[in-house]
Amino acid sequence: MMRVVLRGHEPRWLAPVSLIGAVLVTLVLTAIPIRLAGANPTAAFERYLVTPLTSLPGLHEVLLTATPLLFTGMAVAIAFRAGYWNIGAEGQFLLGAIGTTAVGTGLPGLPAAVALPLGFVAGAFGGLLWAIVPAWLKRKFGIDEVVTTLLLNPVALLVVQGLLNGPWRNSESGFTDSDRLGPGYDLPALFPDSRVHWGFGLAVIVIVVSGIVLTRTATGIRIRAAGQAPRAAEFSGVAVGRLQFRCALVSGAVAGLGGASQVMGVQHQLTSGISNNYGYTGVIVATLGGLSALGVFLVALLLGDIAVGAQNVSLVLQVPAQLGAMFGALLLLAVLSAMSWRRYRVQWRRPRPTVPAREKELVG
Amino acid sequence: MSINLLALIGAMLTIATPLVWAGIGEVIVERGGVLNLGIEGTMYLGAFVGFLAALRSGSVWVGLVAAIVSGVVAGALMGLFAVTLGLNQHVSGLGLSLLLIATCEFTFRLLYAGERPTLDDKFHVLFRGIAVLDQHLLTYVGFLVLAPVAWWVLGSTGLGMRLHAVGENFEAADVAGISVARTQYVALMVGGALMAIGGAFLTLAVLGSFTLDIVSGRGWVCIALVIFARWRVWPAVLGALIFAGTSALQLQLAITPAFGDVPGELMLALPYLAVIAALAIWGRSVRYPGSYLKAYRRG
Repeated sequence: MMRVVLRGHEPRWLAPVSLIGAVLVTLVLTAIPIRLAGANPTAAFERYLVTPLTSLPGLHEVLLTATPLLFTGMAVAIAFRAGYWNIGAEGQFLLGAIGTTAVGTGLPGLPAAVALPLGFVAGAFGGLLWAIVPAWLKRKFGIDEVVTTLLLNPVALLVVQGLLNGPWRNSESGFTDSDRLGPGYDLPALFPDSRVHWGFGLAVIVIVVSGIVLTRTATGIRIRAAGQAPRAAEFSGVAVGRLQFRCALVSGAVAGLGGASQVMGVQHQLTSGISNNYGYTGVIVATLGGLSALGVFLVALLLGDIAVGAQNVSLVLQVPAQLGAMFGALLLLAVLSAMSWRRYRVQWRRPRPTVPAREKELVG
Repeated sequence: MSINLLALIGAMLTIATPLVWAGIGEVIVERGGVLNLGIEGTMYLGAFVGFLAALRSGSVWVGLVAAIVSGVVAGALMGLFAVTLGLNQHVSGLGLSLLLIATCEFTFRLLYAGERPTLDDKFHVLFRGIAVLDQHLLTYVGFLVLAPVAWWVLGSTGLGMRLHAVGENFEAADVAGISVARTQYVALMVGGALMAIGGAFLTLAVLGSFTLDIVSGRGWVCIALVIFARWRVWPAVLGALIFAGTSALQLQLAITPAFGDVPGELMLALPYLAVIAALAIWGRSVRYPGSYLKAYRRG
């Protein structure tokens, strides 16, 4: 008889082997749609994973694509660490973009030295504003933040579309894009001849600071305690509710910075497609990164790599670019499954003697 | 200003239909103690698979059956993650939604790049020409068959009691001889089928075509309705009617001259805000099912 039981002792090789197994499963499962699209999976995987990293422009494109994911991934990680399930990074990102566009089109003449900090502050403020309502409802009335943060995502998109159809419609072209932000709001390039902008630099700073606060300070330890054992934390004097509320606001602000960076660094105007599911993907980044700063950084770069590859593959091999999103979601589920599975082992044992057999023994 | 009340009620019932199907599906799943955030993706899958099967076969009924099968599979997948592997239900449910949506979009782009296929023949309304009553069969079944049956099964049958027992206290249920895993799997698969029907209603009855933003957060609305309804069937139906009523009112106001200046998107956001408001008023300090978000491990 086969039984699945908890492992008492976990061998050291098991975690890396499970991780590699999960990656292999993901590759095998994504090979099926690639095949169906009529492409050779091996050639496609090389283009997805390796090709973007082999040239300097490709590498720059990966950093550029990873930038919004660095912000949303860290935003989600901060909230999740505190045990606050903020699934609203999508909406907070969009409100950040709105905030930056508001100052960027409202005060277009500002010099860069004033405009850039102002743009980021406005973005952070927008994201924070969108995070306040669910956080307040949770703290005041105990209303589940998962639901409220999720529901505010479609609302945020409608606010963006409403602004672009109405007051913010482009005054020159009449298209449903906002006017261009003032020239002072253009984030300078981080490297010469590259589209990578200072938004990436800010993202790295945010991640490093978050990492230090989360692992090296008393606040970080309190946050972890609040997330992992809220009742024990409360008992030892941590104000869990207040801490979660604050982490929720910081999380919203970081997601909002992502929106600001995307507006000032890439689009230079507000468009309704500005968030390419970055907020939802942030949940994948944070979880796969183990809610740690370094993990978020590495996973965001990996997904950025795949997203750049997916664009390339869709052009060259005609495999739809959604494969990048499929890959991210599959990798998340496979890795989570593998990490859970490794805690168990299969036990083989002979079937227990059945009751009639034992009775026979007693009688006989 | 005059509002056509009959048209309003008729539109409300149609808009509420997918929420009634999917919302009751989520009630069943959560009664068993599992939060299925895969609902948004499952509705999307039902909408897409139903549409594809109907388009290829020429029959909406084949489409509906295909949608149901896809919903059962999605429910079983959630069971694998939440029940068998005991993963975090927030993250795995959201991951499942993202995976299903990306897979459907991928397939749609692959098959119909740049085209907009439409069904030759979608579901027809019954009692055409009679206000309010000119609804689809799925609307009638949803309100008059599904809701009472779900209410009866959940509240008055052994099956419903076993599900409730698992959802409230799975250790006790296990000791009493109820298989926790099997019960939760069945709930997830039945719930998944209902969610998929809710999604398929959008393509097979309302639109007759598939668009990439077809579900647009309706699954998340259902998650809110279930909490608002405190895991009961009729309040969930009522919640669906509140959302749908706000939507229908918004549609009516949009063609009323006095409200012509209000941006349409602001009005479109009203139903979502109404659900959040309803949750803020009636959803305070609700008592969650005892096994909510937990995975059962013996010993």
